[in-house]
Amino acid sequence: MIVLGGLTKEFPGGVRALDGLDLEIADGEFFALLGPSGCGKTTLLRTIAGLETPTSGNIGIGGVDVTSVPPGRRDVAMVFQDYALFPHMDVTANIAYPLRIKKVPRARREAKAAETASLLSLSDLLARRPGQLSGGQQQRVALARAVACHPKVFLFDEPLSNLDARLRLEARTFLKRLQRELAVTTVFVTHDQGEALALADRIAVMSAGRFMQVGTPSEIFRRPANTFTASFIGSTPMNLLPGVAGDGALRVAGAVLPLPAGVSDGPIVYGLRPEYTDLSLSPRDDAFTGKVAVVENLGTAHLVTLESGDHLIQAVVPEGEEPAPGTAAWAVPRPGRALVYRDDRLVSPLPADGAR
Amino acid sequence: MSTDAAGLGRGRAVGFVLPALVLIGVFLVFPALWTIYLGLTDYRLTGLEAAEPRVVGLDNYTAALGDERFRGSLWLTAQYVLGSAVIGQAGLGFSIAWVLRDRRGPVKRVTEGLVLLAWILPSSVVAFLWIALLDRDEGTLNALLHTPGLAWLLDHPMPSIIVFNVWRGTAFSMMLYGAALANVPPSHLETARLAGASTFQQLRDVVVPRIKGHVLTNLLLISLWTFNDFSAFQITAGGPEGRSEILPIYIYNVALSGGRLGFGAAISFLVLIINLVVAFVYLRLLRTRREDARREVAAP
Repeated sequence: MIVLGGLTKEFPGGVRALDGLDLEIADGEFFALLGPSGCGKTTLLRTIAGLETPTSGNIGIGGVDVTSVPPGRRDVAMVFQDYALFPHMDVTANIAYPLRIKKVPRARREAKAAETASLLSLSDLLARRPGQLSGGQQQRVALARAVACHPKVFLFDEPLSNLDARLRLEARTFLKRLQRELAVTTVFVTHDQGEALALADRIAVMSAGRFMQVGTPSEIFRRPANTFTASFIGSTPMNLLPGVAGDGALRVAGAVLPLPAGVSDGPIVYGLRPEYTDLSLSPRDDAFTGKVAVVENLGTAHLVTLESGDHLIQAVVPEGEEPAPGTAAWAVPRPGRALVYRDDRLVSPLPADGAR
Repeated sequence: MSTDAAGLGRGRAVGFVLPALVLIGVFLVFPALWTIYLGLTDYRLTGLEAAEPRVVGLDNYTAALGDERFRGSLWLTAQYVLGSAVIGQAGLGFSIAWVLRDRRGPVKRVTEGLVLLAWILPSSVVAFLWIALLDRDEGTLNALLHTPGLAWLLDHPMPSIIVFNVWRGTAFSMMLYGAALANVPPSHLETARLAGASTFQQLRDVVVPRIKGHVLTNLLLISLWTFNDFSAFQITAGGPEGRSEILPIYIYNVALSGGRLGFGAAISFLVLIINLVVAFVYLRLLRTRREDARREVAAP
């Protein structure tokens, strides 16, 4: 278990990379730190590893306060974005390196390296140098090095971002299966929301050194707690439109929409995913009216951008149903999928059981 | 594919190169050959042999190799190169670069500035400063250590010039290693730290394999420079009683002060041979390293 208490990291020059973070990560959990670059996610990972010293607050791993324990004695293994394989050592020596530092006898550590390598299907490559391996193979060697020393915690710093798109999907599936098999607590840094949704048991969305929301992938996708999370999660950017609640209806960008339960009168921000927006070519009252400005091909669907007064509204349209640019169209919110924010906090829908 | 990338044609290309070749020939090749010839004669600065030098064959060389003063000087030179270049400049330069590697701000700038200052000052100025520091009666060092009357330059001439040369020449190694260490990816050092490696293990497993080429280049350059360095003359002039008479000073004393130009030329040629051998060994090491690296990349 990893416990963070009031963790703050301030760099010289006054930049607050981490701003009073509290978090508990359960044993065996696959936890993703997600956020745009500069949000502090890598600093948090490095602070857990012990490579950065927090300005204040503390870190516990497995019930022990490790805030002032050097990285080598925290029993964590990290996989870096560039894999950090030693170019002058072959695959066996690279995998066995942490064991060598721990003074495991040569025969034992080489056996351990071979065993781990076969788990990651690297057995044929044991005598190669990193320079002779492909990107995907290097990534697996880096994983094997982390696995071979049986740490309490894995720390992954964007380990998939240097792979090409197709390989990344394969590696993603592989990584998830490996983590399930080993059941080692894993903290994973990524800027790719799709990767975080696909891999993690829980996600912390970060911005400017704070957690914007911590929750399971479905919680974060269905009910983003604030507009930052709403706009960051999802493969297409969410429509966020200013509006007013009153007289039993929502007035947003020229459309009059039904008022969801529990929303009091006043200004709101209306959030709607393009995937939950249907396009109609005939006029409707409960829809945003506009003119088709851009049509982008997404392969199995099209992303259509409507110009509605001062606002742009995007909708995802199935293959073959895309309108021509310039035509008039109506964007219809799918019932029950709209998100209503007031003062940057989600007011609708509220969870059924009252939990966050 | 054309090898004439500039499109000059052979004639004009030769025209561009010729002035440089002539200069090299007149000022470098000819004097070198002339030195070899002089080394075979009994040419002197004054006297009968100055007017009519005779060719004496290899007499100068046999005399030099049999001369205790020459062999003593060779040994002192070895101490000088090993002590001030390999251990002193390279060791200290690397240590400073390592300590300062991820520092920013005033500490780094001031340290680098001071070390560089020692390097860019004219050697005569530096020599005067060191004489003032080490002087027996009014020296700063004796005042600091409360050891009045201790004659550093007379009692410890070799340590004095070795420390002097370390102080003077560390900047080059520091800068070279500083640049080399910037090439060591931080993630490699951090991987070693996370495995629990000590500083020594990090240097052995991560840093040294990465900067081996830089180390060899650095050692080649500073050993040759130190081998041929004459600035120690301005502090001890080889004395007392030849106890700090390294080879360049020995040649000066023999050939110009002693007037035996032929003998001096012969020893100069021996120094040249030693330099060539040292350079050859280093380059050989560098080349095997490069071939290793290439074989690694070329393999499937």
